[in-house]
This record gives sequence, C-alpha cells and structure tokens, in this order.
Amino acid sequence: MLWIKNGIVIDPKNGIDGEKMDIFVKDGKIVEESEVNKNECQVIDANNKLVLAGGVDMHAHIAGSKINTGRTMRPEEMRIVRQTAGKLRASMGRVLLTSPAIGYEYAKIGYTTAVEAASPPIGSPHTHEELDAIPVVDKAALPVFGNWHPVFKFTAEKDREKLKAFIAWALERTKGFGVKVVNPGGVEAWMYGGNVRSLDDEVPNFGVTPREIITELVKANEELNLPHSVHLHCNNLGVPGNYQTTIETMKLVSGMKNDDRQVLHVTHVQFNAYAGSSWRDVASGAEEIAKVVNSMDNVTIDMGQPIFGHATAMTGDAPFQFTLHKLTGARWSNKDSEIEGGAGIVPIVYLPKNPVHALQWAIGLELGLLVDSDKVVLSTDYPNGGPYTEYPYIMAMLMSKRMREKELERVSPYVQKATSLAAIDVEKTLYEVVQMTRSLPARVLGLENKGHLGVGADADIAIYNINPAEVDPSAQYDVINAEFRRPVYTIKGGEVVVRDGAIVAETWGRTYWVDARKKVDMQAIDEDLNSFFEYYSVERRNYGVDDYWMRSPERLEVN
Amino acid sequence: MAYAICTFCGNVCDDVEFDVNTQKGKKLCALGLAKFREKERIKSPMVDGKEVSYEEAIEKAVEILVSAKKPLLYGWASTVNEAIRYGVLLTEKVRGVYDQCASVCHAPGTLAVIEEGIPGGSLGAVKNRADMVIFWGSNPLEAHPRHPTRYSVMAKGFLIKNRKDRKVVVVDVRKTKSASMADKFIQIRPGYDYAIISALRALAKGEDIEADEVGGVPKEELAELAEEMKSAKYGVIFYGLGVTQSRGRDRNVENAVKLIQLLNRYTRWIIWPMRGHYNVVGAGEVPAWEVGYQYGIDFSRGYPRFSPAEFSAVEMLLRRDCDAMLVVSSDPAAHFPRKAVEHMKKIPVIQIDPFPNMTTLLSNVVIPSAVAGIEAEGNVYRMDGIVLRVKKLVDSQYWSDEKILHEMLKIVEEKLEG
Repeated sequence: MLWIKNGIVIDPKNGIDGEKMDIFVKDGKIVEESEVNKNECQVIDANNKLVLAGGVDMHAHIAGSKINTGRTMRPEEMRIVRQTAGKLRASMGRVLLTSPAIGYEYAKIGYTTAVEAASPPIGSPHTHEELDAIPVVDKAALPVFGNWHPVFKFTAEKDREKLKAFIAWALERTKGFGVKVVNPGGVEAWMYGGNVRSLDDEVPNFGVTPREIITELVKANEELNLPHSVHLHCNNLGVPGNYQTTIETMKLVSGMKNDDRQVLHVTHVQFNAYAGSSWRDVASGAEEIAKVVNSMDNVTIDMGQPIFGHATAMTGDAPFQFTLHKLTGARWSNKDSEIEGGAGIVPIVYLPKNPVHALQWAIGLELGLLVDSDKVVLSTDYPNGGPYTEYPYIMAMLMSKRMREKELERVSPYVQKATSLAAIDVEKTLYEVVQMTRSLPARVLGLENKGHLGVGADADIAIYNINPAEVDPSAQYDVINAEFRRPVYTIKGGEVVVRDGAIVAETWGRTYWVDARKKVDMQAIDEDLNSFFEYYSVERRNYGVDDYWMRSPERLEVN
Repeated sequence: MAYAICTFCGNVCDDVEFDVNTQKGKKLCALGLAKFREKERIKSPMVDGKEVSYEEAIEKAVEILVSAKKPLLYGWASTVNEAIRYGVLLTEKVRGVYDQCASVCHAPGTLAVIEEGIPGGSLGAVKNRADMVIFWGSNPLEAHPRHPTRYSVMAKGFLIKNRKDRKVVVVDVRKTKSASMADKFIQIRPGYDYAIISALRALAKGEDIEADEVGGVPKEELAELAEEMKSAKYGVIFYGLGVTQSRGRDRNVENAVKLIQLLNRYTRWIIWPMRGHYNVVGAGEVPAWEVGYQYGIDFSRGYPRFSPAEFSAVEMLLRRDCDAMLVVSSDPAAHFPRKAVEHMKKIPVIQIDPFPNMTTLLSNVVIPSAVAGIEAEGNVYRMDGIVLRVKKLVDSQYWSDEKILHEMLKIVEEKLEG
C-alpha cells in the first residue's frame, strides 16, 4: 500500500489541473482513501512535486524480428553501456536497445506502457518472446493486416462477416491487440517490384484498392467494437507531395462515429506530411493536415518526431525501405513474409544541417503544435524517428517557443523557407503535454485503466521534481527537459521501480490481447483458412501463440 | 501417430508425425527419423564418472562456473529458445563468454549482415513466388532433404503451379546430389565464389568483363546466368557453407548481397542462408534481444562485448583463454581442431545433452536432458526465422534443458548474492 502525499496532480482524463492532493494505492490499483490503512502505507512525500499517470507509448517498435535484425545488423548500436550487470541486467544500446534496456529506459522517463506497433502475424511468437523479455512495462502488439491475402480476398468479395471473423481469428492466434495496416496493397505490389501510388491503384492479382482495404477494415473493426481503432501507416510514406494522400485517407472515415474513441488512428504522420513534388522543392504539409484533423472528431494521429542523431528505419513498408536504401546507399534488410506482407530495415542518421532532415524535424513539431492536444499523441515512431528516451526534449519543445527559436538556429535554413515552424506561437501547457503522453494515448488504445489517476486505474505513476506553480515551461524549458528524464519516482503496478532517475527494482508487466471471437461466426471461415494455409509453409495447427507460452498474458474480451 | 515438429535440421518440418510406441514416422526424412528413433542415452547425471542426482550434478556445475575466472558457455543450436535464454542470463551472471555453433559455420553470413544487411524472405515467399532458385555452395538433398519439396523446388504456391514454372540452378565445386534436380549445374573452381559473383554483378549491370572465363566458368555462361537472373520475376539464392567456409568467407556473402541489391533494381530477388541445426537461428536471435549480439560475446567486464575470432569458442580454446566450459547440445570434442580439444581436456567441462558423444568422454560433469521435440517443448526458429513451437510427445524421466539451466541460474544467483 502506498500513500502519495501532497503531490500536485495533473490528470486530464479526470479534469484535474494542478491540484494538490493525495493518492492511495492498494493491490496495484489506485483506490479511495478509505480503502487503505494509513499506518501500513509506505508514504511517498510528493510535496511540491508533479504527480502524473505513467506515460503510454502507443507506437514503438520494441519487439520481434524487425528490431532484432536491426540489432544484428548494427552491432555499433550496442556499444553504449547504460548499466553493467549486477542485481539487475546489463543494459545496452544507443538508439536500438536490448530488451532489458527497453523496459528500464521507459521506466526512467516515467513511461509504464508500450505497444509494439507492427508485428508480422506469422512472427508473433517471436514478438511475444521479446515482449516477455522486456521488464517493468505493460505491453501489447499490433499484428499487420493490410497486405494479408485473406484481407484482400474478403475485401474483394465484400464479405464483411468473413473479414470480421478473420480479424477475430488472427487476433486470437497472434495474441494481438488491434488491427495495424501498413501501406495497404503497396507491400503486395513490392513482391513484383512495385508499390501503389494512390488510394485507387489496384493491388496485383486481387483487383482491390487501398481505398477499399482501409474502408473495409475500418468498418469491420468498428462492427467488432475492438478497444483500439484501425491503426494506419498510410500509403506513399516518405514521398514528397504525400500529404494529399494522407488527407484523402483521413476523409475516408468522414461520417463514421464511435462514442469512446477515434475510428481511425493515422500513425507517425510526420513521414506522411510532405508537400512539394520532389526532394528539391519538398515542403511541409503539416498545416493542411492539422486543419483536417482538427475539423474531424473521429481521427487521431501521432507525431513520428525525428530526433537529430542516429536512428534505424524499420517498417512493414518494404518498398519504402528499398527506396530509402537506394537514396542513402545504406545497409538494407528485407523480409517478405509468406502471404502476409513484408518489412525492411535501413540505418539512418538525422543531421540538423541536412535540409530534408531539418524539414522532417520541423514538420513533426508543427504537427505536435498545430493539432489539438486531444488528437495528437507524442511519438518518435521508435526507432524510426529516433529514441523514445528523447520524449522529454519533445515535451519541452512543444511548451517553449524560446527553446524552439534556439534550436532553429542550429538547423538548416531550409526550414525557414519550407515550413511555418518559426512563426508558430503556440506553447502547449503542461496539462496539454500530459494529455499527449498519458490520457490521449490510453484513450486511443482503448485502455481504460491507463493514462489517468482516478480510482480504479492501474497504479502506474510518475512523480517529477517539477512544481507547476513555480516552473514556467516557456522560459525554463531546460528544467522541463531535464526533470522529465529523471523522475523522482516511477511506480509500476504499485511498486517503486525508479528512484531519482535510477532503476531500483525489476518487475514484470502484462501483455494485453483482444479476444473478439464471441462477436463472430468462426466456423464461417474454416474452409477459407484451410485454403489460405495451402500458401503457407507451416501447418495451420502450428500457427500462432498459445497464452500459456506467455509470461503474463491478459485477455480483453470484446462483448 | 502424433503430430510432431522435427528437431533435426533447419527445415523444422512441421507436417510430420511420429509414434513413440511403434517408433514409426510419417513424412519424416531419413535424417529426421533417425533423430526421432530411440537410441543410446546418457543414463544419469554424472560427476567425474560417478552417477549422481540432478541436484548434485547441478550443484557441482554451478561451483565450477562460479569459481572459474572466464568460463566458456558453448553450443545452443540444438535446444529451444527458453533454454538458450537461461543460458545467456547465466553467462552474464558468471561473467563468462557465450558462443554458439554458428561461429564454426554460418557466422560469416552474420558478418555480411553487418556489412550490407540481408535482403531476404520467408520460405513461404519462395514457395509462392520464386520462379528462379539458385543453390550456391549448398546441397539441400543431402543436408536438408525435404527443403526442395516443401519450400523451394517442387513446392507449389500462389504463383508457382508446378515444377516447370521454376528454374533451378546449382552452383558448386563438385557435382552434388542436388545438382541432379537442377535445370542447370554450374561447376566452379574452389575459392572463386567472390570473383564469379563480381563478374555476375558487372554483367548484370550491363558492363563487360575482360576475362574469357572466371573461376572455371566461361564468360558466355555467366552472361547467360546474369540475364536469366535479371529476367526472373522473383529469384532466390540459398547459400551454404560452400560460400561461408571457403576463401573469402564473409566477403563472399557480402558480395552476393550486393548482387541481390543490384538485381532488385530490375526485378525481385532475395538471398538466404541454409542454416544447419534446427534452432541455430534461435541460438543467435535470443542473445541478440537479451544482450545485443548473436555470438562471440564476452561478459568479463560486466557488460557484453562482441568480437568474433576473439570470443568465439575455437579461438578461446586455442589461446587457452577459458578455464572452464559448459557445452549444451553440441559436440565440440568431435568437431573442433585437435589443439582446441586439448585445452578442453585440461579444464573442467560440463555437458548438458540427451545423447552421449565425444564431448561426454572428457566432461567432468554430465547432465542428461530431455530431447526437445520428443520429450520437451519450446520455441525454435526455422532457418528463415519463422518460429515454431516443437512438441512434447511423451513424458520422460529426464529434465529439459530449460529446467536444468533455470535451476543452475537460480543457484548461481543465490551464490553470488549470498
């Protein structure tokens, strides 16, 4: 039992903005004062300190074949020693981290939940093995659907019931959390050396278009009433002029409604927010995108903010990764996966003086500043845009125009010409940044007990040495940037795991997965599944993950 | 007859069946059947030749590992990921060196990944799409007998309806059994892989080469091959130890990857190694996520350092740089150079293995284990990284590798903290 005393709480979900209050914890949950015996409580003095729910990273590549191939390909990433082995594990990595380091580093910035954003379905046992090796945080994985042959087939046949049954089957087999879509149709075209360029390009051999795939998956997802919406990596990623495709894609869900959350989450939008017609005249399309997102009440996005320095591009968008390899000449790994899609991995370094990199950096910030704080989640698309350990930098930048002005001095002047970053006066408040890192990502994911501090919430709590009454983030951005990197406490499930910025205990979180089988007729696709498995190199009976293989699975049933 | 998943080679065939009572199998190749059939086992845990309990053997093993200055923990390719994970954690705890079988076979391929990456695909992608398949320095019919039927030559898939839809080429220094199933066999002079790949890169780019022949292959034949590769819709090179263990080693693979990079500017090509043991991929993947590297990992400073040929097993033994050794599911005494084995004879050796082998003869502590895939379950990675969970078909008196290593880790932790 914990008694967190006199903290200054910001909890947007419950409308609390800087109130001095006590928080009580019992059995890993936040409870009413009357539930605990104060004499038995461990008292945590939070006087003049900021008390928040643990951060929620809803889009990061933290487990599975992509990041592990990245580690193998880049031993140079592993030379940073964050912690030597002792009572705790050795913790290694610059931007790519080992599994123990991933959990530790999240806890060290006060984050307690992280979602692997793209798991190849057949690789899901590998994804879960790695998730199981990440300490502290709660986890989930999103299997990738947008280039899976059964999805093409049921979309082409306009058979929504079968598509829903297939989604329910796939989520159960992969122990997945929701429907991820990466460059729908484009990765299948890559199997023939191509890509799709618009929402209406036909996918080879299937006669369906990205427009139809996205629309059908969103409708199926909504009819199943899954906790999370479709989570979409748009077509044309990384192509100048692509902001128009992004806007067109968002408009596909106009008129659709869900009372609890968005119906479409568009991810790492920075990579899909370029105006212009080539890399010579590329510019920001962030303002246009922000206008559209702000005008819709059913679309959310995350930033995909690049951080200057090393990064590794790794996505299910295999044709894009090949393009990046050709563009930079860097190492390139590719993995075509059965009838499910593919993936690619390419090292990258974002340089402040490089006009394109500086532009990308500015676009990420523009999105974070111009989009309403209840519609844009803070992310770097780890490790594509850079390390999540730099979230405090992004938080500080969003809150301080002065900090941005200082940073603008060191980046390519191309940014002045091609973006409006310098002219943006918006300074997000602490409350808004807490929304973007806690309550909003939890709502986007549909995790009711995360991202807030109300009674019944999981006792995932971060306490920082920031007194909102005294600190002016606009002027004292260095305080914000420094203090969010060293929580006084990170508490996970009621246990103190970080003290003064250092890991003090290793705990193990849960892995959420969604079971929607009750909502569908599983028999209806039985024969179809048998025929799909003709094209697999494994037997149907050996496909997927059973929950007893997992360290700590938690099934969320959809009724 | 029970559904099984074969734990012999990197194919990890998951369509097989086996009956432990009658010892009969279905769909298993000769190699797989031999693995599944009963054979001589190590009867009991032993310390210095004397039969002891599991607990006593583990206690002794832990004592050896904890008191050693630099223990070498080697093997891992023929056990499940769960056991490998405990092995990695154990190595980190005792500040030893982790190395695995790849360091004497496919590790040059890993070095090539570090240089250039690996443009690859799953075996299912090959089965569905590949209209051109090249086996380069690999001999599937003898080393991976069901590879051609299940995945690569006769396999039917989404775009490939029968054998005629596929062109198969074998490149090797001798006419192997696999050459007989190929549409084209190209015999090259030993040690000329690199030069031939360079020639193919030039020819595929449309450049001329000055030589009339390279590595024993006439220029015309190479030009024809380059053209065929460019006009394939989806091609694959499956390379074997003929490439990684001949002159050039990792540079051969790196050059081949560059050829694949080039070909993807015209059409689609992938390349993949024909990995040997059923979970040698896992023996690299597990340490990669736990500590960042695949093999040759030293923990003596309390954090992992990777240095192939410094921390790989043979070199460690040749330098007499380790003072104890744990061997899991491997037989270095039979396969390592004589000088390396001589050092093994001088230091305490612990063996964990279901079957007696040459290493048993020089081991001070012998801990018999259950056979994964028959007596114990767990995750393994097929040669293409696809995960399968091998099954337990029958109960056994033997402890699994996973259980043995978990116990060892627990006792090591107690000793080090106590």
